Amino acid sequence: MITLHWVYALAGAVFAAFALLGARDRDNPRRWTTAAFWALLATSMWAGDRLGDLGNGVLVLGLIALGALGLGRGDGVVPPEQRQARADRFGNRLFVIALVIPVTALAGTFLFKAAPDWFDAKQATLIALALGVLIAMTAGCLWLRAGALVPLQQGRRLMDCIGWAAILPQMLASLGAVFALAGVGDVVGGIVQQAIPQGSLLGAVIAYALGMALFTMIMGNAFAAFPVMTAAIGVPLLIRTYHGDPAVVCAIGMLAGFCGTLMTPMAANFNLVPAALLELKDKHGVIKRQVGTALPLLIVNIALIYWLAFR
Amino acid sequence: MVLLGIAIIVAGFLLRFHPLLVILASAIVTGLAAGLDPLAILAAFGKAFNDARYVSIIWIVLPVVGLLEANGLQERARGLIAKMRGATVGRFLTFYLILRQMLAAVGLTSVAGHPQTVRPLVAPIAEAAAERQAGDLDDAEREEIKAWAAATDNIGLFFGEDIFLAIGSILLIKGLLEQYGISLEPLQLSVWAIPTAIAALLIHGFRLWRLDRRLTRRRAEGQP
Repeated sequence: MITLHWVYALAGAVFAAFALLGARDRDNPRRWTTAAFWALLATSMWAGDRLGDLGNGVLVLGLIALGALGLGRGDGVVPPEQRQARADRFGNRLFVIALVIPVTALAGTFLFKAAPDWFDAKQATLIALALGVLIAMTAGCLWLRAGALVPLQQGRRLMDCIGWAAILPQMLASLGAVFALAGVGDVVGGIVQQAIPQGSLLGAVIAYALGMALFTMIMGNAFAAFPVMTAAIGVPLLIRTYHGDPAVVCAIGMLAGFCGTLMTPMAANFNLVPAALLELKDKHGVIKRQVGTALPLLIVNIALIYWLAFR
Repeated sequence: MVLLGIAIIVAGFLLRFHPLLVILASAIVTGLAAGLDPLAILAAFGKAFNDARYVSIIWIVLPVVGLLEANGLQERARGLIAKMRGATVGRFLTFYLILRQMLAAVGLTSVAGHPQTVRPLVAPIAEAAAERQAGDLDDAEREEIKAWAAATDNIGLFFGEDIFLAIGSILLIKGLLEQYGISLEPLQLSVWAIPTAIAALLIHGFRLWRLDRRLTRRRAEGQP
């Protein structure tokens, strides 16, 4: 059966290729740290399950050390005139290949679920996404008459632009696990309970929604904030004392947390990684564009809980 | 005491220390404050890192994006938009916002995303449209348009996905409420994501409309 482990194997191969090509990239002033970083990530993808918890911890320390030493990037950009000439020559073929990945992911999500003996149905989209990458890469090389190394070289160039930020989301998720282990949530919940105004329904609603947004900003993840805030305010006050509809309180409370996700660098995969991927000079450029939507939407969420949950 | 880790994270990000080191410091301090020994902290961190590997597999799309960009994908996007009358960055991104919300609402969250669609398609098309509206863009404006593309993707995803029954956050709510003896069907929860989804579309759509007006007005004023 095809499971997520096949995808990890593929990802390991891609990172290993980035490492090998990176080691040969003489334009990159820090090619050895860069290559070692991607090689460690390839090791994690390939052998993570066999390293044991402590082994993985040491691997993470290695990634942090290399990332802190600094990764570099080389050159390899195709000159604009050449890209324009190729764009004129290949035309809409380029879009067709670009759409292969989302279309395969879409089709695979449904088709793979129909064949549960062959594919791990729970991971259908990620498996289909990986398949889409393989199809698009093969089709691209043949149709655009590119050598097999071209996608890997160009992919490595983009990867080096992102650098160590590529593992930030995974690192923050791991930090969340340590926080959970240390019981950070319970402590925060206790503080919040003391801070809410007594006897005011609107005050309690605001405290819940604002608390969701703020704690999500600190943790980078609404999933981490939700159990804490719901245990501190949602269930005891809004649901039990004021008899709010639990479905409304929780569903919209979670979305108030999502407003916080839009405003924090801690949600690296949504906010910092795209800035690196789009080669923005301002790391917080994406967050700045999101605040103007997130703040009014947070107010809307407070109003919605207040009106809809206590009819 | 365990809150020291949070203080370190906030201070570290504000002072712009190296984020990887900030995360490490926060994990160590939090673990020690909770009375864990250093090896246990390292093991917990390693296990969590290994369990979260799926977060990083998205980078396998980069070779395809790189291949297409080397062959002129962004230039082609520009050429295509140049031929479309009435295509503006605001209208295009609003269209993408709706599409992303609808895909997410039926559970197709990984179909689009920053590496899959924003970098190769959405950002270059948005940039090309804005370029035509404003005449020409300076570097700061080019950055701003790209950031709008990424922001629109996030907003579409966040305020679409909870309409889907089997998304992680809905299942988390259901699981947590069961611990308090409150039993709810996923559908009862996911319908309440709809009002916020509509509000998100209206608010962000309005901001995109204003972006359009700003770009067009700048052209009319004939600024460089």
